Amino acid sequence: MTTASPQPAAHPAIEFVGVRKDYLSHGEAVPAVRNLDLAIGQGEFFSLLGPSGCGKTTTMRMVAGFEEPTAGRVMLDGRDVTGVAPNKRDVNMVFQSYALFPHLTVRQNVAFGLERKKVAKAEIAKRVGEMLEIVSLTGMEKRQPKEMSGGQQQRVALARALVNHPRALLLDEPLGALDLKLRQQMQIELKRIQREVGITFVYVTHDQGEALAMSDRIAVMNSGVIEQLGTPRDVYERPATRFVAGFIGTSNLIDGQVSRADQGHAVIDKGPGERVVVPVPATVPVGRDLEVSVRPEKIDLHRTRPADVTGSLLSGTVTEVVYHGTSTNYTVATSDGTDLVVFDQNAHDAEDVASRGERVFLTWAPQHSYPIGV
Amino acid sequence: MDRVKRTLTPYLLVLPGGLWLLLFFAVPMVTMLSLSLQEGDIVNGFVFTGHWQNYVDAISAYQTQLIRSLVYGAITSVVLIVLAFPVAYWIAFYGGRRKATYLFLILLPFFVSFVLRTISWRMLLTDDGVLLHPLKEAGLLPGDFQILGTATAVIAGLVYSFLPFMVLPIYVALERIDPRVVEAARDLYASPLTSFRKIIFPLALPGVFAGVLMTFVPATSDYVNSELLGSSETTMIGQVIQSQFLSNSDYPSASALSFTLMTVLLIGVFAYARALGTEDVMKVAAR
Repeated sequence: MTTASPQPAAHPAIEFVGVRKDYLSHGEAVPAVRNLDLAIGQGEFFSLLGPSGCGKTTTMRMVAGFEEPTAGRVMLDGRDVTGVAPNKRDVNMVFQSYALFPHLTVRQNVAFGLERKKVAKAEIAKRVGEMLEIVSLTGMEKRQPKEMSGGQQQRVALARALVNHPRALLLDEPLGALDLKLRQQMQIELKRIQREVGITFVYVTHDQGEALAMSDRIAVMNSGVIEQLGTPRDVYERPATRFVAGFIGTSNLIDGQVSRADQGHAVIDKGPGERVVVPVPATVPVGRDLEVSVRPEKIDLHRTRPADVTGSLLSGTVTEVVYHGTSTNYTVATSDGTDLVVFDQNAHDAEDVASRGERVFLTWAPQHSYPIGV
Repeated sequence: MDRVKRTLTPYLLVLPGGLWLLLFFAVPMVTMLSLSLQEGDIVNGFVFTGHWQNYVDAISAYQTQLIRSLVYGAITSVVLIVLAFPVAYWIAFYGGRRKATYLFLILLPFFVSFVLRTISWRMLLTDDGVLLHPLKEAGLLPGDFQILGTATAVIAGLVYSFLPFMVLPIYVALERIDPRVVEAARDLYASPLTSFRKIIFPLALPGVFAGVLMTFVPATSDYVNSELLGSSETTMIGQVIQSQFLSNSDYPSASALSFTLMTVLLIGVFAYARALGTEDVMKVAAR
């Protein structure tokens, strides 16, 4: 994939140029990251999202200097840092397990980087104090990491990195060890802190919800390559590949051959009166195989066949009804054998729209169908 | 009935070990303490008289050997730290999948009898042995140079004897260090040397402490190395106690010396724990 920086800053904060990273496994080079060309803008909240083993952590560790690329260059602020030791790179990292220094107090942990940079004592005290205030840990300076909760340790890790005013902050699944409530709270807090300090954040996660909620841009990675790069809305609404459609959110994938095509729309006929309407950028030839993604919350469920449908219409049988509080999820087996998931918001009625075994009709507007890879 | 059983179980479990300790540790200790305060000789028998003079006599007669033993023990521990730390460090951080193998190799010589190994050292270090002979031939050492019979030989033997007891605890402490913590130090602008000094070494200190405990005490009271590798100039307190017991049959004097040594070692160990004083160190000591 080719990529572009979102804003025309003098230099991107971080840039990968033709980066490849191989690992040796039983004497064989196994690629962990391939064809990586990526520019991350100044002040951007950028997420590397993907399943474990997709190369996202390796990518981040190449920025920190813990891994060196097999080929290509890593640039920080326009400066080539390939081969530069981690302690000589102006980026800081928040580790997954926090990696706090267990024998040092909170204050000593946070001051560690500034002390190494030989910042004056008074200045260190001032900056550590300010940073602990930003992460709401004032008064805990003398505690040891083991005397703190997971959420507090996480803030110490954040403060320890941010106090150095790095060019970029690298966060490796920093919320992974926290429980759900705390995680959501920290997501908001991280966004706030990022706005306050204005530093580029590179955020590695396998949690798509987290990436969607916090990022300016997301790179979705799979087996060492970026499958899609874009805003959260881009990757959610317009998944570029089947992988992205499946990985981000719940996605319904419908296969079929183009029956008719006109004025930027392709139509896939699915039995009598049933069809899927897809907007396509150019005319696609009739008979071409097409894969269509549609998000569960875009689909409307009807018990009787609706008249005058301009978009897609499919019929099927409800096989599963799961009540989720804010919404009810239906699984519908359509006539062509595809299982589709439908989220129905429980905004109006307390009653389920349909029950298991019932025959239903599914409709959605043309613009909610998204062709993959066209 | 079940409840009675459940209440009794922990006591029943501790019973065999407890009896063992009572019989073979507490009883001999009390016997020795009593012996150290008795008067008499092996022919006419010893009588308990509360004779504290035994201690005064024993200490004034053998203080040289007592102090020498403490010095040898201390030197041994220091040399062991210097030798064992890099080995433990290498195994812990670069041992990869073969860590267990390397640790086993460290322990391997110790499957051979202690005395036999020390006798082999004697053959190695002898004036015209495999080590010194070629060096003397080559003119690198004067013809009358000797190691055997010197403090160097005794301390070298002690160091060799207790090496695993320093390597293993340091290894365990290093092995427990999260590699991410070391990376974090590097990430926060620490050079490799600084991250060793500020992070790795402090975190390995509990292991060093345990290693010193496990080597200083036995090295100080050791009598085999000095007996086989040393001379009358290197006599250690362990040898004195042994000969008082077995050759001179002066049980009260031997017992008094044993208790003196034990007291000195206990005071030394607690002073050492106090001085190093970090919380972690105390925890290891409490274990």
